[in-house]
Amino acid sequence: MNHWYHRWRKLKSSGVSGLCLLCALAVMTPLALVFFHLLKAGASSLDLAFLTQLPTPPAEPGGGMANAIVGSATLLGLAGLVGIPVGVLGGIYLSEFGARRRNWAVRFAADILNGTPSIVWGIVVYALVVGYSAYAAGLALGFMMIPLIIRATEEMMALVPNSYREAAFALGIPHWRIVLNIVLKTAGKGIITGILLAAARVTGETAPLLFTAFGNDLWNRNLSQPIEALPLKIFNYALSPYDDRHRQAWAGALVLIIFVLALNIGVRVMTRGRAPRLAR
Amino acid sequence: MNAAAVSGKTGSRAGLALAAPGKAGDRVFRLLTWLMAMVVLVLLALVGWTLCKGSALSLSKFGWHFFVHSNWDPVNGDYGAFWFIYCTFVSSCLALLIALPLSLGTAVYLTELAPGWVRQPAMSMIEMLAAIPSVVLGVWGIFVLVPWLREGPYPLLVKHFGFLPVLRGPTTGFCILSAAIIIAIMILPIITSIAREVFRAVPDSQREAAFALGATRWEVTRLAVLRYSVRGLFGAAMLGLGRALGETMAVTMVIGNSDKISTFLLAPGNTLASKMAAEYGETPLGLHLSALFELGLMLLLVTVATNILARLLIGAMGARQPTGTGAP
Amino acid sequence: MRIVTHQTTLAAILGIAFLAGCGQKGSEQLLLNGAGATFPYPIYSKWSFEYRKVDPTVSINYQSIGSGGGQKSIQDGTVDFGASDGPMSDENLAKAPGKILHIPTVAGADVVTYNLPGNPTLQLDGPAIAGIFLGKITKWNDAAIAAQNPGTRLPGTDIAVVHRSDGSGTTFIFVDYLSSVSKEWERSVGRDTAVKWPVGQGAKGNEGVTEQVKQMPGAIGYVELVYAVQQKLPFASVKNAAGKYVAPSIESVTAALATAKIPEDFRFSMVNAPGEKSYPIAGTTWLLVYQKQSNPVKGKKLVEFLKWAETAGQAMAPPLNYVPLPDDLSKRVLKEIDSITY
Repeated sequence: MNHWYHRWRKLKSSGVSGLCLLCALAVMTPLALVFFHLLKAGASSLDLAFLTQLPTPPAEPGGGMANAIVGSATLLGLAGLVGIPVGVLGGIYLSEFGARRRNWAVRFAADILNGTPSIVWGIVVYALVVGYSAYAAGLALGFMMIPLIIRATEEMMALVPNSYREAAFALGIPHWRIVLNIVLKTAGKGIITGILLAAARVTGETAPLLFTAFGNDLWNRNLSQPIEALPLKIFNYALSPYDDRHRQAWAGALVLIIFVLALNIGVRVMTRGRAPRLAR
Repeated sequence: MNAAAVSGKTGSRAGLALAAPGKAGDRVFRLLTWLMAMVVLVLLALVGWTLCKGSALSLSKFGWHFFVHSNWDPVNGDYGAFWFIYCTFVSSCLALLIALPLSLGTAVYLTELAPGWVRQPAMSMIEMLAAIPSVVLGVWGIFVLVPWLREGPYPLLVKHFGFLPVLRGPTTGFCILSAAIIIAIMILPIITSIAREVFRAVPDSQREAAFALGATRWEVTRLAVLRYSVRGLFGAAMLGLGRALGETMAVTMVIGNSDKISTFLLAPGNTLASKMAAEYGETPLGLHLSALFELGLMLLLVTVATNILARLLIGAMGARQPTGTGAP
Repeated sequence: MRIVTHQTTLAAILGIAFLAGCGQKGSEQLLLNGAGATFPYPIYSKWSFEYRKVDPTVSINYQSIGSGGGQKSIQDGTVDFGASDGPMSDENLAKAPGKILHIPTVAGADVVTYNLPGNPTLQLDGPAIAGIFLGKITKWNDAAIAAQNPGTRLPGTDIAVVHRSDGSGTTFIFVDYLSSVSKEWERSVGRDTAVKWPVGQGAKGNEGVTEQVKQMPGAIGYVELVYAVQQKLPFASVKNAAGKYVAPSIESVTAALATAKIPEDFRFSMVNAPGEKSYPIAGTTWLLVYQKQSNPVKGKKLVEFLKWAETAGQAMAPPLNYVPLPDDLSKRVLKEIDSITY
């Protein structure tokens, strides 16, 4: 039955399969290229000086991004202060208490907030908080973490089987204790995973910092003062005309991506695919 | 007396809250968690209200003129967002045009064609792409992508297709098309993820039936999977579009930052998001700030609309959402 | 096992973050925040770096965001000092809550830089430059340019104009010059820190323009001298009011500065200065401070820094291609600084 039409159909099928393979390769190519260039341009600049020194005046070679790295860490801490309690407790509410309608509203709001462009967060905090400061930047990032963590927490808590709760109730344990000591503890690993993923996401954000952190060439010694952060410094350096700063921008980008990917991959490996769904 | 009546709730765990009323600790805890959950609603209201209040001055001064007029003049206090709206629309649609076929092809490959051992690692790699911070991609864009585009593809494009009005003129590489390409790279993972979920939701019995009828691999995919998934794929595209619209940093770095109107695709431009980012350090005040808020409000509304639409389309499929963690 | 790993990771990350934040609050350091012009950023950055050695208790954080941003920042008090190379208008000065002083620090040149094969040194006059930036002259081998550069091979490519996208004193000096040499420019575009550019694409800061010109063949832009020198970009010799083509340099800017008439409030323009050796597109840059400082501690330190900048700091200007202020002007400025109360 080697009718020409059958051969044509088979050919079409192989052709399309080949095309799809090409698509898949095409999709993975940018990733490979980005990595390749990051390593090529950034790895050589990634030395101890880079990690521990402050920036030098423009056109003077040397110096590093130490204050930016520490600044990012500081902002992450501040953001966590805001985002983690609200996110985790809110997620607990959604999963353990709450009426269906209200839950839907909160989930809907969380999804909308997740889809909000990060620059909008920056400009909103700019309107709310006077002056450029670490507090403002931390707040903006914290606001971004809240919807992410709430969804992750809710999801992980929902995975805990009801039988655990029922058994605890049967023993007469107060509800709040059940939630904290039993359900939360069981879901704990997943929730922490969610928090780490949110942290990775928020560390890479630049747009919210544009209107809040302002940047600082020195160590930030007062949280109500402007602060430098890694993505912000990378942005500044990349747009500057100095080749030395370009080199440092690549190195900074490498540091940033190592941090973000290490968290992401590490988390995935540890949970073996059962990581919580953060929003998109 | 049933538990739901006692606790007055209809939530999934209402039946378990028998011990709740009366215990002080429970009341405090519930109140605390309820407050935190409400924060989300408050936050949404806050974002909306801040943007609306902030744009009030600009809205009242320019009205709908703001959307059809194109200008950004802090000196004389005249603002119009048409060019930004146009650039946002064009770059996002172009990005979708580029990304959608590639994503769909990849999703088909990953769900239907790839050998089993390849699937998870490949998907993980693609999700890694989603995790790349926008500014990192922007750095790569400025120093690698744009120079390459400027030397190679763009002159060819102009040479062969220069008869089209949209492709006629000189280019510096920093243009709307470059922005579209970089946005496409950023939305590939998310569309691929969702398309994959949509395809996986199609029961195998459909495929088996098609095979049983003697269909080739491609025909199985076309008849059993794609036809069934159209709505979900629309949702995936919408979600990609939503993400594309809000993309800021990488776009700012390659779009050329120009407020001048042009139909030329290889001309520099400014999207809503990149214009807002370009105001970095300007310390805008008064009308200028209000116009900026109005840009933000537009961006928010349009992103929310596409996200809601996407959700409706995907939700209907009952497909799972992915673990994407991109940073726009 | 796994729970421990997760919790440890999280604790470690947040712990480092907190410690980083807390640890920094340790020493008593006074931070002076300044923002504004990108024109003098190299020298202000150098001053900030060097001053730490002079007075370790003071840190000066200067962010170059453009003169427009500098003016606005000092107006609403989000910084301790602003910086601008375009003088603040009377209107804007009136809006400020207190009297703002213009303290000139150094003078510099706006150079016309471009990206052409072979890096030729072009000779351009005012009308030609205005024509390019008005979009009237679109190709490099246009007659107007070729006539002034007989020995140079000019390509037939398009001119890609790059201008500033942010509020800029560098822009102010440039358009101030264009307005004085081209009636059409004065009429249609005018002079301000941000104007409606007829053609071209925008870049942020002197840094951005330099970067764009460097990256794009056929580009032309205007930047402060030091940026072009540091990036080894070619720049044009411009025809001055006396009809001579002068290259931007310390000497030619000093010559221009010498002819300038400087009023009481130190706001002046020196574009298209008379004199054979004067470079026509030059200007001075100011630090903007309130005469009445609200914070005595900061005020005192600020005054000390200003005085240092006007004396010891001036020596650091020439290596960076900036022109230090002449002695008589310096004296007047120091007297002005003395009038600051805190």
